[in-house]
Amino acid sequence: MTTQRLVHMANQVAGFFSSYSEGEAIDGTFTHLRSFWDPRMRREIEAHLAKTGGAGLTPIALAAVKRLAEKDTAAQKSA
Amino acid sequence: MSLIKETDFGTPARESDVTVTLTIDGMAVTVPAGTSVMAAAMQAGTKIPKLCATDMLEPFGSCRLCLVEIDGRRGTPASCTTLVEAGMVVHTQTERLAKLRKGVMELYISDHPLDCLTCAANGDCELQDMAGAVGLREVRYDKGGENHFDCAERDQSNPYFDYDPAKCIVCNRCVRACEEVQGTFALTILGRGFDSRVSPGGTDFLSSECVSCGACVQACPTATLVEKSVVAMGQPEHSKVTTCAYCGVGCSFKAEMQGDRLVRMVPYKDGKANEGHSCVKGRFAYGYATHKDRITSPMIRERITDPWREVSWDEAIAHAASEIKRIQAKYGRESVGAITSSRCTNEEVFLVQKLVRAGFGNNNVDTCARVCHSPTGYGLKTTFGTSAGTQDFDSVEDVDVMVVIGANPTDAHPVFASRMKRRLREGARLIVVDPRRIELVKTAHVAADHHLQLLPGTNVAMINAIAHTIVTEGLVNEAYVAERCEPEDFKRWRDFVSQPENSPEATEKYTGVPAAEVRAAARLYATGGNAAIYYGLGVTEHSQGSTMVMGMANIAMATGNIGRRGVGVNPLRGQNNVQGSCDMGSFPHEFSGYRHVSDDTVRHLFEGAWGVTLDAEPGLRIPNMLDSAVEGSFKGIYIQGEDIAQSDPNIKHVTDGLKAMECVVVHDIFLNETANFAHVFLPGASFLEKDGTFTNAERRISMVNKAMPPLAGYADWEVTMMLSNALGYRMDYKHPSEIMDEIARLTPTFKGVSFDRIRELGSVQWPCNDAAPEGTPIMHEKGFVRGKGKFMITAFVPTDERTGPRFPLILTTGRILSQYNVGAQTRRTENGAWHPEDVLEIHPHDAENRGIREGDLVSLASRVGDTTLRARISERMQPGVVYTTFHHVGTGANVVTTEYSDWATNCPEYKVTAVEVRLSNQQSEWQRSYEELREATRKIATTAAE
Repeated sequence: MTTQRLVHMANQVAGFFSSYSEGEAIDGTFTHLRSFWDPRMRREIEAHLAKTGGAGLTPIALAAVKRLAEKDTAAQKSA
Repeated sequence: MSLIKETDFGTPARESDVTVTLTIDGMAVTVPAGTSVMAAAMQAGTKIPKLCATDMLEPFGSCRLCLVEIDGRRGTPASCTTLVEAGMVVHTQTERLAKLRKGVMELYISDHPLDCLTCAANGDCELQDMAGAVGLREVRYDKGGENHFDCAERDQSNPYFDYDPAKCIVCNRCVRACEEVQGTFALTILGRGFDSRVSPGGTDFLSSECVSCGACVQACPTATLVEKSVVAMGQPEHSKVTTCAYCGVGCSFKAEMQGDRLVRMVPYKDGKANEGHSCVKGRFAYGYATHKDRITSPMIRERITDPWREVSWDEAIAHAASEIKRIQAKYGRESVGAITSSRCTNEEVFLVQKLVRAGFGNNNVDTCARVCHSPTGYGLKTTFGTSAGTQDFDSVEDVDVMVVIGANPTDAHPVFASRMKRRLREGARLIVVDPRRIELVKTAHVAADHHLQLLPGTNVAMINAIAHTIVTEGLVNEAYVAERCEPEDFKRWRDFVSQPENSPEATEKYTGVPAAEVRAAARLYATGGNAAIYYGLGVTEHSQGSTMVMGMANIAMATGNIGRRGVGVNPLRGQNNVQGSCDMGSFPHEFSGYRHVSDDTVRHLFEGAWGVTLDAEPGLRIPNMLDSAVEGSFKGIYIQGEDIAQSDPNIKHVTDGLKAMECVVVHDIFLNETANFAHVFLPGASFLEKDGTFTNAERRISMVNKAMPPLAGYADWEVTMMLSNALGYRMDYKHPSEIMDEIARLTPTFKGVSFDRIRELGSVQWPCNDAAPEGTPIMHEKGFVRGKGKFMITAFVPTDERTGPRFPLILTTGRILSQYNVGAQTRRTENGAWHPEDVLEIHPHDAENRGIREGDLVSLASRVGDTTLRARISERMQPGVVYTTFHHVGTGANVVTTEYSDWATNCPEYKVTAVEVRLSNQQSEWQRSYEELREATRKIATTAAE
């Protein structure tokens, strides 16, 4: 799956939640990605984050992906 | 088994709190006030002779056969038009009546060709029955007199039924059926007196406005209007009640049979979704089920360019299973998945998702609802708490204001559209929100109060403008909101929609709809009484599909239009079992009953029942599967009853994904387009060949009953079971009822559902459980499923698909009455008479600018692809917007559509593609190369003769 497509999708999700307060928007975006994205999609966007710092992601999407990476990394460590 | 003949009470049933007791032929009868004497007599078991009366139609009183005598009244009134009164004493059989009836019958028969022995209706003719009922033994009138025996040529233009005017008794039943039941008004009585004849508007049936719903044929008491299949085959001898396999209305039909041969499909009067009505597809377009293109042997091949090789079931299943195992061993557990079908039964869908979760060991299962109503699930679950429409179809009878958004019910859901039209003729008001001037905007005796003809892609701007008007003009139902909804969410929503940028005046620049018209429509919705929203894919198939669903839920809550009859938010589901396929856990993140796979309690419940550990992570959606296939991490798929190579957007990307896979297993009744890229083909069973259930748009679970044995030997659920067993995950169901029992054990909303229960009730609407043992026609009556209704903020975000100098027009796609989705079924019927090819509808202004005339070949190009098709100049379109269908393979409409999709669900944005249209004189490159590919990939090796 192209990273560009994942970035677009993450930004779309963040676009919806950006009508809410920043904290809620990040929560909403994070929860959405966590609930609906297959692990390989999450791994790919997390790799994109690690590699580029999240190029192309909007601020809300970027914050949500950062949280996603933290949670997934923590889950991997505890597994 | 025998032929099911529903009781005909002669006039429609009436509902009343008041009952009336009268005496008929010495028997006391108690019926609701408003009932006719004829219906009351039938209730008491007395059949009064009749010809022009049938309980599908309002009484007409023309045939003079149903006369009765009533004590204290002069004359012999018609029992169909005479209402019961308390204490009335009625006599249905007297010397006087017998003489009158015999005289009437003599007149009818004197002008009827007495070819009963060779007549197609022999054995099913009410005229014949009435002659018998009145004891007609002779006809005194001279046969040499003037008659209609040679009055006109038989009209055989319609592919499904004949019209023989010589046999017409001018009872008007067909004309009234067309008006009252179907609402098309295509038939009339031409001429006066002796010259009176039924006519489809002075032309032949095929050229007329007739929509071939079959209501006239069903109503005809003689062989004047008769199915061609009955003419060819004769009368059926037994019937099975089952459920239609076309749209989400879910009509009940009697499959009328001769042995294992289907003679005709007749709508079942007791069917709660359709109440005895039908459309051209369900009624007539069933020939595909036994079409010569049916594949009945399993086939395998190594490469897609190899010819298919017919093999035994054992070999095909073993091969498919070994390939799936090989791929998982090589690429990992998550490298395979499956797609369930909204054309298959609930039980079959449940088994496929179980196969994936328990057999494949991942959650890579999705369903074709992904590309249609997945935003409905997301939006309604978020706001109301459950992923389903709120009403039953009967609710339309109490609607005062009907709002139809992004739906074209007369084409896509015709049987329910007839009920809508009936309610509109009774006086309900109508708001249509659609880029096209759909038929409901103005049709016989129906006209929309407001047609908000917005530009495609601006739904959310429109719903916000309507919400703005409701809020800023003080039209919110404050008491309802205070009692039923989350106060903080409401406050935030109110503040949001009140902002000036959401006003009709501000959004006009996006929608193109005058602000005053939007405000007037909003006022009507908020203040016009019971207001109900009915919507379709014009809502969901957008990048903001889920947002729009939530936007509609918002205004319904704000105006208190949720939780009782006559209101609601009602998705018109596209396919027969879209609702069911979603309910059954087809989505990669949910088990049956819409419960997330990460929910430990739920997952442990399934683990306990299925004896395996289940994955707590969501799987891939269809577009994600294809993306992953192109990228290289997804290598094998089992596709049951879904043709993604024709139906999904950006076909080139879809086929690239399929080509990248090492094993594609297609399980279908035809060698569909996806099968061009398959390595294993498992022949499927049509809906006539299996038992199970479908769930329609109103959450109604109805029985599918096997009428004939599976042509390939197995029902689809049996094939899935064989595949699972070959993979090493044991399934051992003896009958689909056992699968439904398992669904009920694992799914709280289905707890009370079983085949026995459905048969007992006729059908049942979920939730069906301890709290609602007979099902739930109306949702959210006492409170929302989620507790308090949740208003969501729905900011308008224009789609990324933009028009510009290169692609200045917007393409929107949809379906039409006579064809159905990818056309796999309807293209293999006579429905091609109405729609032999997909055409591009274009406004006269846009056509003129491009030098395009009616019927010209035009190139339709977008950023992702192009195709060529013929143009139809149409004022249904607005300037700047063109429209086509995707029913025909060669058109490749989805070569043009893009992969932009709904933000929440990835439902494709079929409804907005920037395109250019130019005159052309040749097929597109894609069309030429795809034809070559089809030629190369659809060969079946011939078996050497022994």
